[in-house]
Amino acid sequence: MNILIINICSEPLHYYEFVKPIESIISSTNINYSTKDYDKLSISDIEKSDKIIISGTSIKDNKFLEDLHLFVEILKTNKPVFGICGGMEILGALLGGTMKERKEIGFNEIKFTKSFLNIQSGTQLQVYQLHNLYIDFSDLLNDIDISAKSYDLVTQAFKHKFKPMYGVLFHPEVRNENIIKEFIQAT
Amino acid sequence: MKLGILWSGGKDSCYAAYLAKKEGNDIACLITLQSENDDSFMFHTPSIDKVKQQAQAMSIPLLIKKTKGEKESELEDLELAILAAKQKYEIEGLVSGALASTYQSSRIQKICDALGIESFNPLWQKNQFEHVNDIIKCGMKVIITGVFAEPLNEDWLGREIDGDFIEEIKDMANHYEINPAGEGGEYESYVLFCPTLFSHQLLFDYDKSKLSIKGNKNSWKMEVEVEEEK
Repeated sequence: MNILIINICSEPLHYYEFVKPIESIISSTNINYSTKDYDKLSISDIEKSDKIIISGTSIKDNKFLEDLHLFVEILKTNKPVFGICGGMEILGALLGGTMKERKEIGFNEIKFTKSFLNIQSGTQLQVYQLHNLYIDFSDLLNDIDISAKSYDLVTQAFKHKFKPMYGVLFHPEVRNENIIKEFIQAT
Repeated sequence: MKLGILWSGGKDSCYAAYLAKKEGNDIACLITLQSENDDSFMFHTPSIDKVKQQAQAMSIPLLIKKTKGEKESELEDLELAILAAKQKYEIEGLVSGALASTYQSSRIQKICDALGIESFNPLWQKNQFEHVNDIIKCGMKVIITGVFAEPLNEDWLGREIDGDFIEEIKDMANHYEINPAGEGGEYESYVLFCPTLFSHQLLFDYDKSKLSIKGNKNSWKMEVEVEEEK
């Protein structure tokens, strides 16, 4: 098994903060991974991988939004895909969701109203948030399950109804590593 | 990118600065908060006056801001210090050595966001054994200046972070609630040298009779005295 991690950080120094923690979690499971910057991603990288994780990046770094076309091939594949924060925004935008502004920084509680990977419906979870955008999926409910929202109704986790595609707006690499492990081991 | 480093004088802020430089950034200044409160929520800075000698060894401007170290007012002081760095040194981002404290990191993130600058936390979520190993591997010289947890004691003051240190701290981590990188405030450190940043090593002679050492049981602190390398 090989996990492809797509690094969406435009600043090399942000790799250590947003990508390396994901690599460390995968390393702890003894599963192989390779990491690729999003602007160097090739179709062959996607073909060679078994599962794909799209990282997040800093709150001020929105360069990836100008380059959404570089992620289109990921949507065409039926391989399991997991988007974290900016990675979820990419998946949501390509699926046709509406990007909206909302700033959330720090630890906050969210509620799962549908099951999501290893998390049962009804679970309340403390999650680490670092974003100023989110995706409104309300026009996509035929294809998308909204799994969790924050108390002000911002979608925090989604899964696709017909594809192995998942996204979280929060950072599971901080205190919620099991969500990433469940994606790479169980999906 | 022009960056300011949130600088405590210890190993974490220095290794974060080392990575910032390694990735091609320009370190425009160091920002040090001098807390009058030993139990500060944000800043752990033993031997803070000695950061001036570190800044000189790196030829990097140092911006010091005093704070009473009270829970929220020290955040206002931090914001003022970063704002001053933005105005004076035109920094576009701030680098911190935050490893795991979400209290610390989320507050730094909010301040940087409010000031319109990038926030970099290159040690974030790093495995603490990996971190202390990286410090040794990269050639940094770091000594222990304070210990604040059982079973650490006065004997640890002045010790260098080296292979023996890691073996002992590993053993302690297995038997006590000790974070190997001291992230829980178990110990504090002072950097004498860091490759690519320091032009020369600061010399430290552990002579108990000449050093100011205070403490008891498992809580000890020393004021470092360093000299320029001849």
